[in-house]
Amino acid sequence: MTGRAGRAFALAILLLGHALADDIPANQRLSGHDMMGAEAQAMQRDDFANPAMLAVKEGEALWKAAPGEGRPSCQSCHGDAAESMKGVAARYPARDASTGRAFDLPGQIQACQTGRQAVAPSARESAALLALEAYLSLQSRGMPLASPRARGLEDAVLRGEKLYRQRFGQLDLSCAQCHSQNWGRSLGGTRIPQAHPTGYPLFRMEWQAIGSLQRRFRNCMTGIRAEPFPAGAPEWVDLEIYLKERAADMAMDAPGVRP
Amino acid sequence: MSGRAAHAGTGRELWLAIAAFLVALAMPARAQQDVPEAGPLAVSRPPDAENGRRIVTDRRKGLCLLCHSGPFPEVRFQGDLAPSLAGAGSRWTPAQLRARLIDSRLFNGETIMPPYFRAEGQSRMAVAFKGRTILTAEEIEDVTAFLATLRE
Ligand code: HEC
Ligand code: HEC
Repeated sequence: MTGRAGRAFALAILLLGHALADDIPANQRLSGHDMMGAEAQAMQRDDFANPAMLAVKEGEALWKAAPGEGRPSCQSCHGDAAESMKGVAARYPARDASTGRAFDLPGQIQACQTGRQAVAPSARESAALLALEAYLSLQSRGMPLASPRARGLEDAVLRGEKLYRQRFGQLDLSCAQCHSQNWGRSLGGTRIPQAHPTGYPLFRMEWQAIGSLQRRFRNCMTGIRAEPFPAGAPEWVDLEIYLKERAADMAMDAPGVRP
Repeated sequence: MSGRAAHAGTGRELWLAIAAFLVALAMPARAQQDVPEAGPLAVSRPPDAENGRRIVTDRRKGLCLLCHSGPFPEVRFQGDLAPSLAGAGSRWTPAQLRARLIDSRLFNGETIMPPYFRAEGQSRMAVAFKGRTILTAEEIEDVTAFLATLRE
């Protein structure tokens, strides 16, 4: 038993060291777009074929419209989104200077709705919120994701990494085990992507709808039979922040398309 | 060994499984067979290898072919995250196969293979699965019996 225990221990140390060092080297990172078939890639790149562009149009209309009598539109505060929102999505989630809380982009939109427009915030996954998010994300197309660590979000990066490496659910699997250690392999016929969040929100054929990054997270959590965090939970924001650190400098390509 | 082996279960079957494990671990290892073993679980009916095959090829039940491939020509999409199941019955004894199904972490603390007969110790279990193992004791015996038939 002792010999076996010793060997098991040595192996555990070895594997642990391996696991910690085990992520994708920067020059081998691939976006979800890079990893999908040519047909879906072409659909994503063609604005006339990309079904998510409908949401972008809707988002543009919402950006310009007053949400009610005497209430300011987004545009009346921010001006032309093509100018003022250029690069903004690429540096979200961001920390709110006054509260210290990190907001993801939909969370920031909700905060403007309640705080500035004095209306009820659009619900997570509602068509309106996804539309605004898609419209704003488009203004960062082609721009590099900014490093959250370099923006003072180190604590959230660390919390997010911990979640990324923690096993969850009845299947007892971590995000890292699929996306860092087994990306590119076939999970029952589905190619496992590297989980770089460059293209969200995106249109997914399987959903027949545009969906958020948190919806994707929820799908992966329920896949391993784990209880997902509630919509908008700080854990999701931490995970997004970690994934964006991991994907820092990769080009934004939202709104994406997935099979 | 991995501390995950010692999770306390409430079900009697789980205790039996754990007891079987501890016994297996405490036994002097034979040459070439220096791996965990588990004796048969307490079950209400004899093992059914045919049902074992059904479980292995069922994407929602056994989930095995999400990761593994094997001699299952009728299953179109198989995984390549794990070794082929072909010949598993000639590489491992039934006691070793059973032990691996019960909790593969005893072989490899970092494995991705889910623990099929452990209901506790996982984080954030989905409410619908709380307190439940992936397979029942009967199903573990069925799958073990089936894997033992995979000789080549
Ligand atoms: C058992 C394997 C597995 C685990 C565990 C897993 N995922 Fe996934 N994930 C996948 C697969 C497969 C896809 C692709 C789905 C598809 O295209 O149908 C995916 C897709 C994604 C995507 C979208 C990538 C893109 O380009 O569209 C993100 C982001 C993601 N996962 C994050 C996570 C996070 C965060 C966790 C942990 C909470 C996690 N995943 C856990 C298998 C997994
Ligand atoms: C999420 C991935 C995954 C699933 C699902 C899975 N396994 Fe595995 N299995 C593995 C991996 C990886 C190995 C390689 C050894 C290790 O890492 O523990 C393995 C090893 C094995 C082995 C030993 C193979 C050999 O000959 O060396 C057997 C037998 C086995 N699994 C049977 C099953 C059965 C039966 C099921 C379903 C009831 C199943 N596995 C489900 C990932 C998986």
